[in-house]
Amino acid sequence: MEKIMFYILSAVIVVFAALSVTSRKLYRATMYLLYVLIAVSGLYFMMEYDFMGAVQLSVYAGGIMVLFIYAVMMTDKIGQPMRSISAKRKILPFIVTMGTAALAIYAIYSYQGISKVNEATVTKVSQIGEKLLTYEAGGYVLPFEVISILLLAVMIAAIVIAKAKKLVNQEKN
Amino acid sequence: MILTNTTNYFGDLVSFLAEKMGIGGQILAYVIVAAVYLGFFAIAGLLLVYIERRVAAFFQLRLGPNRVGPHGIFQTIADALKLLSKEIFGTNRKDNLLYTTAYYLVIIAALVSLSVIPFSIGVQAYDLNIGVFFISAVSSVGVLGILFGGWGSNNKYSLIGGMRSGLQMISYELSSGLAILTIILLAGTLQMSGIIEAQRDTWFILKGHIPAWIAFFIFVIAGTAESNRTPFDLPEGEAELGAGYHSEYSGMGFAYFFLAEFINMFIIAAVGVTLFFGGWLAPFGITDTLPWQPLWGAVWFFLKVAVFIFFMMWFRWTFPRLRIDQLLTLEWKYLLPIGLLNIVLMAVIVYYNVLISF
Repeated sequence: MEKIMFYILSAVIVVFAALSVTSRKLYRATMYLLYVLIAVSGLYFMMEYDFMGAVQLSVYAGGIMVLFIYAVMMTDKIGQPMRSISAKRKILPFIVTMGTAALAIYAIYSYQGISKVNEATVTKVSQIGEKLLTYEAGGYVLPFEVISILLLAVMIAAIVIAKAKKLVNQEKN
Repeated sequence: MILTNTTNYFGDLVSFLAEKMGIGGQILAYVIVAAVYLGFFAIAGLLLVYIERRVAAFFQLRLGPNRVGPHGIFQTIADALKLLSKEIFGTNRKDNLLYTTAYYLVIIAALVSLSVIPFSIGVQAYDLNIGVFFISAVSSVGVLGILFGGWGSNNKYSLIGGMRSGLQMISYELSSGLAILTIILLAGTLQMSGIIEAQRDTWFILKGHIPAWIAFFIFVIAGTAESNRTPFDLPEGEAELGAGYHSEYSGMGFAYFFLAEFINMFIIAAVGVTLFFGGWLAPFGITDTLPWQPLWGAVWFFLKVAVFIFFMMWFRWTFPRLRIDQLLTLEWKYLLPIGLLNIVLMAVIVYYNVLISF
C-alpha cells in the first residue's frame, strides 16, 4: 500500500515538475508547480512527519504559490503562450542542469550514512519546540531567535506601511 | 497529554477490514470512509443552503422556501437536481484546464479539512497530532482554486473577484492563525482530540477569560472573512462584479463553489466550537453518565455548531458589506496588532496561572 502511494506521489512529482518547466503558458506552469509541492507534502505525510507536511502545505503551497501567482500576473502578456527560446540559448542551461543533477546523484550514491528505517517515529510539535529552544548541543535557540526577530520586524513593517499615509500627514502638520 | 479515550471508529474499520481481507479490505475501508465523508459533505451542504435561505427569510420577514416538501426542506435538493441537469456553459476563450481544476481544488481542500474534525468521541477520520495546524494549512490551498478560477475564466470581473478573494483570505488567515495559537497556549497540544480533552473541566472560552474572548471575536471575524461571507463577500460583490470569481461557471461548476463555501462555513464553526466551546463535550458533563456516549457527543457538537452557524448567518443580515480598503484596514491595523498583543497577554496569564477553572 505504502509502496503504491509512494510511486503515485513520485510520478506526480516527476510529471508535473517536467510540465511546469516545459509549459508555454506561465499561469499553467504555476499550477503544475502547485501539484509538485502538494505531492511533496504528501511524501512527508507518508513518512508520518505531519508537522513538516503541514508546513510544506501552508508555507509553499498556500503562501509562496499565491506570491508566485501575483508575481506572474505582473509579467507581460501572460494570456498568450510564451515564445520559445532559440536552440543556441538552451545549451548553457542544459549543461548546468545536467551537471547539477549528476552532482546530486553522485553525492547521494557516494554517501554511506543512509540507513533504512522500518518504523517511522512520530515527531511531536512539543519535541520540535523543545529542540528549538534549548541552549544545549543540538539546540537551535540562536537561529530561532534571529528568525523570530526578522519576522517580527517584517510584521511591524507591514503595519507601518499600512499606516504610512497617516504618519506622513502627521509629519506635515 | 494522556487521552482517556483513544477509540477511533474509522481507524477500527480500516484495521478490521485490513485484517479480514488484506490490502483489498484496506482499500475498501478507505473507500467507505471517503464515501461517508462525501455523503456528509453533500447533505451538510444542501442542508446549510436550506437553513441559510430560511434564516435569511425570517430576518427579512419573509417565509422563504416552503413549497417543496414539509417546510420546504426538499427545495435545495430540487435545486441541486436542476443544477446537475443544466448544461455546462462557459466562454470559449477560457483557459480550460485552469477553469475546470479550480472547483476541484476548492472542494478537495474543504473535504480534506473535514477529515480531522472530531464530530464525536472517536468519530474522526484521522486524529493528526497537528490537527488545527493541518486545517489552516489545507484551507490555505483552497485559496488557489479561487485564484485559478478567477484567472481561467478569462473575464475581468472574475479576475478581480479572484484577486480580492486571494488578498482577503491570505490577510485574514494571519489573524485566525493568531487566534488559534492563543488557544493552543491553553491547550498545550495541536491535536483536535487533545484540545477537547483539555476542556473537560472548563471550556477555554471561560478558562482563558479576557484573552480567550478577544481571541474568539478575532476568530469569528477572520473566519467569516475566510469563508467569503457577508460582510466580507467582496470577491463576489454582485453590485460591482457580477458574481465575482464564479461569474463564468454554470451548472455543477457553480454548485461546487457554492457548496464549498457552505462547507467552509461549517469548518470554521466546527473549529471554533472545538477550540472555544469544548467540541463534543456536554456542558457541565450533564450527559456523561448516559449510555450511547458517541451519540450524545454528536448531539452536543452539532447543537453548538448550529448556534455558531446561526450567528454567522445573523451577521450576514446585520452588517453592510465593507469596502476593500476598509477590509484591509480592519485586518492590518486592528485585528493583527490586537491579536499579537492578545497572544502575549495569554502567555502571561498562562504563565502566572490566572485561569478560571471549575
